[in-house]
Amino acid sequence: MEPSVFQGSYPVVRKTACAKQIYDFTVHCPDIAQTAQAGQFVHIKAAGFTLRRPISICRIDREKGNIRIVMEVRGDGTAQIAQTPEGGMLDVMGPLGHGFQLLEPTETAIVVGGGIGVPPMLETVSHYGKNAAAILGFRSASAAILEEDFQKAGCQVVLCTDDGTKGKKGFVTQALKESLEQTKPSIIYACGPLPMLKGVAALAKEYGIRCQVSMEERMGCGIGACLVCACKTKRPDGETGYSHVCKNGPVFNAEEVVF
Amino acid sequence: MAGLGVKICGVEFKNPVIAASGCFGFGQEYAKMYPASVFGGISLKGMTFEERQGNPPPRIAETPSGMLNSVGLQNPGVEAFLKHELPALKGVDTVLIANAAGSTVESYAALVERLSDSDVDMVELNISCPNVKQGGAAFGVTCESAASVVKAVRKVCKKPLIVKLSPNVTDIAAIAQAVEAEGADAVSLINTLLGMRIDIKTRRPVLKNNVGGLSGPAVFPVAVRMVWQVASRVKIPVIGLGGIEKWQDAVEMMMAGASAIQVGAAMFYDPYAPIKIIDGMNQWLDEQGIKDVNEIVGTVQPW
Ligand SMILES: Cc1cc2nc3c(=O)[nH]c(=O)nc-3n(C[C@H](O)[C@H](O)[C@H](O)COP(=O)(O)OP(=O)(O)OC[C@H]3O[C@@H](n4cnc5c(N)ncnc54)[C@H](O)[C@@H]3O)c2cc1C
Ligand SMILES: Cc1cc2nc3c(=O)[nH]c(=O)nc-3n(C[C@H](O)[C@H](O)[C@H](O)COP(=O)(O)O)c2cc1C
Ligand code: FES
Repeated sequence: MEPSVFQGSYPVVRKTACAKQIYDFTVHCPDIAQTAQAGQFVHIKAAGFTLRRPISICRIDREKGNIRIVMEVRGDGTAQIAQTPEGGMLDVMGPLGHGFQLLEPTETAIVVGGGIGVPPMLETVSHYGKNAAAILGFRSASAAILEEDFQKAGCQVVLCTDDGTKGKKGFVTQALKESLEQTKPSIIYACGPLPMLKGVAALAKEYGIRCQVSMEERMGCGIGACLVCACKTKRPDGETGYSHVCKNGPVFNAEEVVF
Repeated sequence: MAGLGVKICGVEFKNPVIAASGCFGFGQEYAKMYPASVFGGISLKGMTFEERQGNPPPRIAETPSGMLNSVGLQNPGVEAFLKHELPALKGVDTVLIANAAGSTVESYAALVERLSDSDVDMVELNISCPNVKQGGAAFGVTCESAASVVKAVRKVCKKPLIVKLSPNVTDIAAIAQAVEAEGADAVSLINTLLGMRIDIKTRRPVLKNNVGGLSGPAVFPVAVRMVWQVASRVKIPVIGLGGIEKWQDAVEMMMAGASAIQVGAAMFYDPYAPIKIIDGMNQWLDEQGIKDVNEIVGTVQPW
């Protein structure tokens, strides 16, 4: 079997700050970029920490051999990773997990992203271009990221903030409901906080639209070997059991997930 | 190139590096990076007679130089293992070790009896899992209960029998002697040390199971000490594990008395660690002019 997952030290070819404590890294890792799919993730080592940190792939440039990741500083591990300067090296393992299932680009899609769940939607939306709409939610204007990138991808962008400092005031689920009243897409994709995913899944069910969600759980190996990243799901036989976010996910069909 | 082969209970391993149970799944996952055949052997995910769901998440917490886990022996049960997992390992050139757990003496025996008729090469009896409420570690913490389960299993086990010991005891060597007396062919140690982390913001344990098993480099000196103590008190081979992350650790563990070693948590942060350990050991043996890795086993010279 040819290797399809790689790990090594790869150069950061570009690093920018996109909002307070949120960094945008472009990493040159041709082997990883070659097989990476929208919605997959990489597992990053922070110097001095035992466990790697899972971070979604935001954009894939196979020609240049680059992937882009957008990471928010949440705790000590991400703070350490954020120290890596442009030109420095990152210890990256990937690509990992199952990404979003992409339909023909001529189909229509709505992507819903909340906060740091927005970055992984960019590669997905790019696949559909003008046939997609992106509903992006943030706490407030100062936390809004990647708006221009989504516009450049050619999709329609609806921006929401909890406090109304930018775009529509309110939650993405509200904007999604309004949108679904107008037109029904072939598929909905979502990544963000659990209550948001739950809300999106409920709306998708109500309107009878296929929906995929990207889940989070604490991880060890990232490759399906240690079974720590459990997520409760329904099996085809109707029984519930624990699937694993790094192997069966991070993307699941919404109706499989037991929220 | 030095000889890396080791023989444990009559089973030949091409090198002394074994994947630790629970850290290498059923041998398929890391095949996306390198073939499982790089290992001398692989100890498969712990299994029970019936399927087990495992504990609710979070099941992992980071600790200084280590981690806690509370997976709770999630596994599909022995029949599903034999039907779906074992066939995929056929033809993989490595020693296959089934890691077996139970909640009663009878369930251990039933499981091992079933495994005895399969193509696995050895059985590793897990009497030391700290993450299940019944059985598991409970059997590994007194000489009497450890002896009773090994006695029952020995009667039905047609494969070489390794007994995996818990470090959560006062005198691990006494337990090793007790299982040796009941016919264990080898012992492996250590399983994880019981630990706990609390999130001070929420005042909640990080693990949903409240407590979990500590592994990784943090436990290495404890493991070396226990392997050394056990090796000096039993005649059967000792397999050493706990915190091994580099070839120097493997050499140290073998000097303490281990005939072979296992690598677990290190793979999570350094997935190629087993390969680096094998290569590093090989090079070191050559540099030292040592022809055979078996020559270093138990060579520590205590003060
Ligand atoms: C599939 C997946 C994709 C992700 N994609 C992104 C992304 O694109 N950008 C981004 O900024 N963040 C992303 N995250 C969240 C990111 O992994 C966590 O914020 C990060 O692990 C926190 O590490 P820390 O050391 O800063 O925090 P600490 O709280 O100090 O971490 C302690 C431990 O908990 C784990 N942990 C803490 N929060 C999370 C979490 N939300 N999910 C999983 N593990 C966690 C850490 O990995 C570490 O093992 C993703 C998580 C998953 C599971
Ligand atoms: C996630 C995880 C799952 C484990 N599952 C098992 C298991 O099923 N059976 C078992 O005997 N040991 C299990 N262990 C213990 C390891 O095999 C090993 O004894 C321990 O982790 C110490 O070695 P290490 O520090 O190299 O990881 C598990 C360890 C971890 C980290
Ligand atoms: S993190 Fe190891 S199985 Fe998912």
